[in-house]
Amino acid sequence: MSIPTPTSGRGATRRRALIGRTVFAAPGLVYITIFMTIPILLVLVYSFFQRGRFGGIVWEFTLENYVRAFEPVYLQVFSNSLVIAGTTTVLALLIGYPTAYAIAKLPSRWRTVALVLVVLPFWTNFLIRTYAWIILLNSEGPINSSLMDVGIISAPIGFLYTPGAVIVGLVYAYLPLVILPVYASIERLDRQLIEAAGNLGASRARAFFDVTLPLTLPGVMIGAIFVFVPSLGNFVIPELLGGGKTVMVGNLIRDQFLEARDWPFGAVLALFVITLLVVLFALQAAISRRINGTGKRVSSRA
Amino acid sequence: MHKIGWLRVPLVVTYAFLYIPIVVLVVMSFNASKNPFTWTGFSTKWYSALFDNELIRQGFINTMIVAIGATIFATILGTLLAIGVARYFRSAVVEAYSLAPAIIPDLVLAIGLLAFFALIGVTLSLFSVLLAHVVFGMAFVSAVVIARIGQTDSSLEEASRDLGASATTTFFRITLPSLAPGIIAGALLVFTLSLDEFVVAYFTNGPATPTLPIVIYSMVRFGVTPEINALAALLLLVSFTIVISAQRITRLTDAV
Repeated sequence: MSIPTPTSGRGATRRRALIGRTVFAAPGLVYITIFMTIPILLVLVYSFFQRGRFGGIVWEFTLENYVRAFEPVYLQVFSNSLVIAGTTTVLALLIGYPTAYAIAKLPSRWRTVALVLVVLPFWTNFLIRTYAWIILLNSEGPINSSLMDVGIISAPIGFLYTPGAVIVGLVYAYLPLVILPVYASIERLDRQLIEAAGNLGASRARAFFDVTLPLTLPGVMIGAIFVFVPSLGNFVIPELLGGGKTVMVGNLIRDQFLEARDWPFGAVLALFVITLLVVLFALQAAISRRINGTGKRVSSRA
Repeated sequence: MHKIGWLRVPLVVTYAFLYIPIVVLVVMSFNASKNPFTWTGFSTKWYSALFDNELIRQGFINTMIVAIGATIFATILGTLLAIGVARYFRSAVVEAYSLAPAIIPDLVLAIGLLAFFALIGVTLSLFSVLLAHVVFGMAFVSAVVIARIGQTDSSLEEASRDLGASATTTFFRITLPSLAPGIIAGALLVFTLSLDEFVVAYFTNGPATPTLPIVIYSMVRFGVTPEINALAALLLLVSFTIVISAQRITRLTDAV
């Protein structure tokens, strides 16, 4: 039996919601606004002004920083980064999708263990995980010495300090971020649709490519974004595994802020990464709505 | 389940790929040789060398200051935020906003904060790193606690209020205890994130107080040394222990 209060009814509910929002949510939301949103808006603002001589900013409006981004040397870095981040994403999906699929088919008591084993490396020190590959890929390292012991090669291969080493390092760093969203989308899948495809005479392969794959596309896209965008912004792996020979957007941004002290130009480069992130998320949301929203178009193939 | 046979292939490949580098690091940390690539015998001397290294010891102390501070603030703010978002807003936009710091690329956050701290005149120090770590740490706590709120029943709280308990009493006696597993798991995750975080700390730290990851970065840039192997093995042990504890307390996979 509830005790009637004088302020019951809709007004009280609304007031309680307002108090709840103020007491609970406001401090965190204000904190995020001060320490994330305003700093990022500041990057946007800085991109339109001139560099100070020793870092910082001179408050004179210019579009020069944007024009500069189109110089051939920077376009080369952009295309280079897109190729490396793109290759990383494709490889991570080729490894991650079958893994997520296999985990989803495991008996339920093994599934949690399998998922924890996937995320565990992700929560460990990222520098150390990269450092491990310096040892593995070294010309004196275990991969080269095993290959030589077996007799596949006679002299060590210079894996380290190549774009390939950078890609291996990036796939290693971000693979868990592909497996989780893909797993989630496979687990949510309506099994009846696949059974229906089978009952209607589709082969297992046909059912997979016409039903399972399109329906898990939103998860695949989330995984792809989670690999692609941080790969572009990573400056540590290109430096440590690429030996500074592979320059990515992340290296350029780091250099503009910490070495060249050209913050406005660094801001333009960072906006390139932010814009890509926003565009890719919007694309993902649109595709996800198309697949889940109408519920009619199951197969995207004509 | 009869098709599980060929499905073992991606599992074996993936787990080998994920764990062989880690195993190699740990094994090599016990290598007696100064050359990190050839095994000459078992030794723990690199571990003792580690404890004599003044740079590493100072880095460890700096890291602990940041990680403990960031964990306390992020856990309080993140828990309140999760309750506010899940109970009083019920808006996908507000929820996305509160989780955004966990998704935004670290380099973007790092340069934004560097520019922001310079603008408002905050001297870069361990304190500015702490402020920065709280913002993404809070988002991880919120994610775990929001997931926990989704699993709990709000009728206990209603009953408490109906029976005459004040809002404050209900919050401390009913709400917080029911969310405790999520809050503890969130706190553990922030702690390990902050402990291992490099990029944001690298941009928002002062030169006099390097955190452990910054010390590791300068060592790794310089070359491969057996001491780093020992340090790596210890840090892996710490992170593994913390994450597995967090997982045992609540289902970690809900949050990621």
